[in-house]
Formats: sequence, C-alpha cells, structure tokens
Amino acid sequence: MNASVVSADALARPPQLRLYALESWYELLRVLRTPAFALPTLAFPLLFYVMFAVVLPGQWGSYQKATYLFATYCAFGVMGPALFGFGVGLAMEREQGLLELKRVSPMPIAAYFVAKIAMSLAFALAVIVVLTFAAAGFGGVRIAPGSWALLTLALLLGTLPFCAFGLWIGTLVKGQAAVALVNLVYLPMSFLSGLWIPLFALPAMLQKGAVVWPAWHLGQLALGIVGQLPDVNYGLHLLALALMSVLFLTLAALRLRRT
Amino acid sequence: MPRPDRTFPPRSGATALARLQGASKRYGAVTALDGVDLEVHAGEVLAVLGGNGAGKTTALGLISGRFAPDAGSAELLCGDPLEARQRRGIGVMLQEATLPESLSVAELVRLHASYYPHPRSLTETLALAGLADVAQRRYAALSGGQQRRVQFALAICGRAPLVLVDEPSTGLDVEARRGLWDVVRDLRREGTGIVLTTHYLEEADALADRIVVLAAGRVLAQGAPHEIKSLAAGRRLRARTRLGLGELHAWADPAALELPDGRIELRSRDAEAVLRRWLALDASLCELEVAPLSLEEAFVSLTRSNPTPSTQELAA
Repeated sequence: MNASVVSADALARPPQLRLYALESWYELLRVLRTPAFALPTLAFPLLFYVMFAVVLPGQWGSYQKATYLFATYCAFGVMGPALFGFGVGLAMEREQGLLELKRVSPMPIAAYFVAKIAMSLAFALAVIVVLTFAAAGFGGVRIAPGSWALLTLALLLGTLPFCAFGLWIGTLVKGQAAVALVNLVYLPMSFLSGLWIPLFALPAMLQKGAVVWPAWHLGQLALGIVGQLPDVNYGLHLLALALMSVLFLTLAALRLRRT
Repeated sequence: MPRPDRTFPPRSGATALARLQGASKRYGAVTALDGVDLEVHAGEVLAVLGGNGAGKTTALGLISGRFAPDAGSAELLCGDPLEARQRRGIGVMLQEATLPESLSVAELVRLHASYYPHPRSLTETLALAGLADVAQRRYAALSGGQQRRVQFALAICGRAPLVLVDEPSTGLDVEARRGLWDVVRDLRREGTGIVLTTHYLEEADALADRIVVLAAGRVLAQGAPHEIKSLAAGRRLRARTRLGLGELHAWADPAALELPDGRIELRSRDAEAVLRRWLALDASLCELEVAPLSLEEAFVSLTRSNPTPSTQELAA
C-alpha cells in the first residue's frame, strides 16, 4: 500500500519483542497490585490443601492423600488466574472503555492476549511452587524431579483451555458481574471434577458426569503424572482439553464479532 | 526531530491524512452518520462541532478504525483504518476510558509509546501533558482532570501524524483546558493534523482552522471559524403582536411561528434590524423576549432553506 501523505517510515513496525514484553510485564504488575486478584488466587489453593490434605486426618485405601490432593489442588490453583485474568479482566476492560482504546491504538491485538496468557502462566507457576513447598514441608510428599517438571509442564499447558473459557465468559458479561459468573463456574466445576475431594467420594452419577468438565481432564492428567491414578489415557485427556479450547475460542470469537 | 524524508510526491487531492466520503453508519434502526464527507490535512486543526447524538464520536470511530462504514468510505493515511499498520499513524483520546488504576502515569505512557515506531521520550510526553509532577503516581490516585490529561498523553506519546481527540474539555477545569489548547497549537505547529470534537463553538473557534457542524448525522455547515460564528449568531425573538403571521412571513426569514401562549416567535441572524422593523410596524408590541439560539437551533433554523451551504456560499 502506498502511503503518500506520510513517509513509510512513520508507519514502520516498532520493536515487537519489547512491545510484547512490556504489555505482559505491565499486565502482571497490574494484577500483582490488585489484592482482590492476587491474594485469593495464591492463598485459596494453599489454604484448601493445608486444610484437607494436612490438617484433616484419615487415609483413603491405597491412595496417598497428601500426594493425591497435591495434584488436584495444583490443577484447581492454575485454573484460577486463567479464568479470572481473562474472564474478569476482559469484562472490566470492556466496561471501562480500555478495550476500545486498545483497539484504536496500534497495539497488535495478539499482544493483549499474549499478555494475559503470560500473566496466567506466571501466577500458575507461583501456585505450583507454593503448593510444592506446602506438600513437601507439611505433607511429607516426595515426587521425583522429572515427574515434578512434567507435572508443571502439563499444568501450565493446561491453563490454556481455561484462558479460552475465561475469554468466553468475559465476552458474555461486563464489569463486576464477571466475578460472580467466574466463581459460579470455577468453584462448582472444581468440586464436580474431584479437585477438592476425590471423585470416588461423590455419588456415582456425578462421577460419570465429570467427563464434561475440562477441570476433570486436567485433574486426571495431574493425578496420572504423580502416580496416584493407574492407566491414565493421556492422549484422550489432552485431546479433550484441546477440543474444549477450540470450542471456547470459537464461542468467544462469535460473541466478540457480534459486539 | 528531523527524519529521513521518504514522502511520495502527493497526488492531487490525495494529501488528506484522513478522509470520509459519503460515510454512513447505522446502529440498528438509528442512523448515526448519514453520507458525511470530511477531510483533515497535515498541520490543520479540524473541529467537529455538534450536540449529543450528532454523530461526532461515530465520525472519529470511522477514522480510527473502531468500525467500518455501512456505506461510503473511510480512509486513513491512504489506507484502511481497520488495519493496525495504518493506526500507527494516529493517536486517539476517547471520550471515556478508564485506564488500569494500579499502574503509574509513567508506566501507562511508557507502555502506550511502545506501540509506535518513533515515540516521544517519556519526559517530553509528560511535560507536554503537564504530568511531570505526578509521573510516579498511580492512575487511581489522580484527580479527574489529571486522569483526562493522562488519556491525552497517550494520544500524543507516539508522535503520530494525526491526533484524534473526542471532547477534550470534558472533565477539565478552565486552566487545564487552556493548557490543553496550548498543546494542541504546539502539535499543529509541528505539522500534526488534529481532529477534535466539541459541543462548544468557543472551543472550536479558539483552536480550529476549519469547523464542520454535524447534526443528526449530517454535515450542516462547514467553513472557517468566523464563517461558522456568523451563522451561529442568531437570536430568538418572542413577543405578543397584533401583526398576523402572514404579514411577518413577508419579511421574517426564516418563517415565524405562533407559540401555544399566543405569542409569536421569530429567529434571525440580524436580530437588531428585525426588531427595529417589528417595533416600527406594531406600536402595541409587548412581552418582548430576546435570547441567543443554542448552536443546534441556530444551525437547524438558519440552514433549513439551504441544508449544506458550501464554504463559498458562507463566505459570500
């Protein structure tokens, strides 16, 4: 395209790496400075883990409770920043007009999403590290370094479907309503997926129904990696998570196009 | 700062930084913009003047690529405003936007400047926007006027050739408004093209090289500020009179009308002459009231017979 009123140089691409890094860094700073986001996302998984896995006595057959719940609360913990970061973040920024300002700015739209994904990953990693210390320190959990690395990798990858889920929620409602909606999805889904208490403690019907929740698939992956579930079909769960990501992204894209 | 000049020779008529041609935009059943032509050039301040719902924000939205026109065309820097590349050439201040409250002024400006190829330095932007003293303060801790100035800072931080400002004076006190006007004049001297929307003829007059008056999505008038001002100088005259409407129609332009209370209303650009004549013809005239017309009244009533006077006609 020929720019005849301004030099081509005036529309040149600015350094992209710096742009993406700044966008991500400030997104992280923004939520770190928002106690209503940072505190619950880090504290709740830890609190629940300590209460149910460490304080509450008891043994479930052949399962090692502290290890089993370490895996499921890690899965629970990494979902939070993704769901809240995208769902509440987008809903608030739509209401405040910030999204409009970004859209008329020269910011590549991908930078907006990359920043939110980067923030979700950073928080997910923080949750995993905090829970690891709690599990090793108070729960006596011992996991081989290789398994831990694999678990971390799976959980970080596993945040992506929840980023997409959050994105869809963020397109459905505006402002503070998203906080309620995310909680309404996040907490019951975690329970019904066996992330709070093992699924075998729930009625049979709920156990069968768990297959529809992305959180269940992520939980199965985590439990398999830490050796608490035999015969986990990793391929199938990964495929389910990938398909659900595509589904949520499509739903979000349809909503965004309409608004 | 001088930069290697790679400007292509301008084609005739192709020198506009942004242009709307016959642009229309509907929201459901509401036509927000109806066949609007508009152009802004480098080193020029264009004021888009009009009341609420006149289509000012929609016009800016078309130029800045918030949406595409339903009919007609929108052009930005000889390209499509919907393309991110073209938007590197504009800085935008929206009418309403809440920036991330937990970030500082300096952080917000630094981030926004990173979207542009040749941004101003942080110091320069903050100085221009009058924010040097509050650079480290969080956005949430700023006053409303200071927040507006941060939004303005984001529009100018990229040194874009075209700056779009939607109602810059909203939320600013008199002093801050004057400060902002000074910066707009500085930008213009640098060769920046500026489009600003406003409700106030005073503001458009103080800043603009050209004024476009919008009402109900159409261009009512456009021209130099003095031309627009003379058009808007209308008065509304009301009085109880023994003269009939028919008699008044003969010399009152535009037409007179009868109010529910029985008084007669006239609108005129030359109120003194009309009044002299009216008083001379009717010695019993009473309950006289003379009031300035609001901007919209002035343009709607005074341009009804000639919906879109050209600059030449206005100047005549």
